[in-house]
Amino acid sequence: MSAEAAGIWILAESSSSALTRVSFELLTRGVELAAKRSAQLTALVIGHDLDKAGLNRLTACGADRVIAVEAPALEHFLVEPYAAVMLKMIEKHRPEVIIAGATSLGRTLMPYVAAKADAGLTADCTILDIDRDTGNLLQTRPAIGGNILATIKTPRHRPQMATVRPHSAPPAEPREGRTGEIIRISPPDELLSSRMRRTGFKREESDHPLQDAETVVVVGRGIGRKENIPVAAELADALGAALGATRDVVDRGWLSYPHQVGLSGKTITPKLYIGLGVSGSIQHLAGMQTSQNIIAVNIDPDAQIFRVADAAIVGDLFDVVPALLARARAMGVADG
Amino acid sequence: MRIIVLVKQVPETGAVKMDEETGTMVRAGVEAIVNPLDLYAVEAALALKETQGAEVTAVSMGPPAAAKALREVIAMGVDAGVLVSDSAFAGSDTWATGYTLAAAVRRLKGADLILCGERATDGDTGQVGPQTASFLDLPVATYVSSIDAVTTGHIRVSRLVEEGYEGLDISLPALITVVKEVAEPRLPTLGGKKRARNADIPVWTADDLDVDPGRIGLDGSPTRVVKIFRPQVARKAEMIRAEDESEAAAAAGRVVEFMTDRGLL
Repeated sequence: MSAEAAGIWILAESSSSALTRVSFELLTRGVELAAKRSAQLTALVIGHDLDKAGLNRLTACGADRVIAVEAPALEHFLVEPYAAVMLKMIEKHRPEVIIAGATSLGRTLMPYVAAKADAGLTADCTILDIDRDTGNLLQTRPAIGGNILATIKTPRHRPQMATVRPHSAPPAEPREGRTGEIIRISPPDELLSSRMRRTGFKREESDHPLQDAETVVVVGRGIGRKENIPVAAELADALGAALGATRDVVDRGWLSYPHQVGLSGKTITPKLYIGLGVSGSIQHLAGMQTSQNIIAVNIDPDAQIFRVADAAIVGDLFDVVPALLARARAMGVADG
Repeated sequence: MRIIVLVKQVPETGAVKMDEETGTMVRAGVEAIVNPLDLYAVEAALALKETQGAEVTAVSMGPPAAAKALREVIAMGVDAGVLVSDSAFAGSDTWATGYTLAAAVRRLKGADLILCGERATDGDTGQVGPQTASFLDLPVATYVSSIDAVTTGHIRVSRLVEEGYEGLDISLPALITVVKEVAEPRLPTLGGKKRARNADIPVWTADDLDVDPGRIGLDGSPTRVVKIFRPQVARKAEMIRAEDESEAAAAAGRVVEFMTDRGLL
């Protein structure tokens, strides 16, 4: 069976019929893998009323083929119909590799599908490579709170499935003139049944969701009290950054749980992490130490966060943040 | 209602040390605890027990020593524990673990609701919950932040996703994985600890479960760890002193320069 499997697939995600950033990050990965394996690259999109321009962009960014499966019942992610569609596509096309974002969707759908497809699945990979001869996918992921990296392969089962950490690759850019095949499919009703129903959606008040942000300003206990949160929020706003918090800050009720970064909160990999009064517990480091650049402000020169920082500012955040804002604004590189 | 909570015993994260030379984890002397994220699932189950009336059974797969994790959750108020343990299960990846746990749930004749933590703090995959649901052919909701209502045959939950909270109505039986926001775990009581000490915890081996021997343990696991190594951390923090306002201004200048150099602005 494994001998027949061929082709690299990415699962593109749509949100309100537009494709998300992680879809294009996956294309960056997919283009590399497909080139090395001399294989066809397919983007699978599941949704409703998908925007044609978005599908064209997938081909311009490297997909040889786009399979868009659309139905009103697929407008929002529900695990059963999404899994049924994906399993049908796997059965029909027998891809060798399927990668998806390590998002709330990918980390639910992929394990649900992998169990039924007898497929190996590796979570939250940050490095992917492929053996050009055997087609074995080399999946590398951080484990034990980012303290080690483990490389995993799936020698006998196909497809090989992996979720990929958002922001661990740059999004693919369109290349002029590049096109591909776009196949739009309406799935039969029997694939669309669900024992779950979406009853509503409450958008978080913040403008920048933590996991999608390029820059994250994280508040630690050094902020002192809830009334001081606007000091950090102003910096976040000026930099167009998302606002995160340590567990301590959330447990004290200074910011809500969706802001929490760390072991019992979110794992983030932004381009820039700025920690304000964050001491850097091992649990917090587990959620942020793979950030690409880390700036930390802490009054304690021995703060653990400095061990993983690129720039360590030893000082009072209430002196440093206003100075930073003033300087950034004077240079015209921050809003406000 | 009948509730099953899946719990895992993990090494205490704060205590994990790395052998700098070999790049492996030093497990000796590291305390084994109940996966902290599973405690939120246990609490959610106990809260339902109080409001709805429920019988709560905890199931753990692991070495014989994992019975301790089951005693810990019994001390919190869980009614019974089952340990799934056999050397034949050793080396299971998430696929084989989900397959085995699903068989244990079947042996318990299922449940109205199965609760899991979002992920375990050691493996950190978050895959076992959804995979167990899939093997049992149950609907699954992950990242549940609150259980909003339980009615006959249905549960309403909120699910934390990237941009906010999604409301879901799920028909039971179902499996949900919960995040910290769902509940603040209670402490064990004295009476609970006594009950836990005396609790009979059955150990189910591969022979006790309806499992295909080719689908369990390392041999039944599709994935293989081929290499473990230390991340190359090239970071060497540039220390910038900002002990008064004028230093702060200079430090700010240096930080902006740093961000500009690295194309971060």
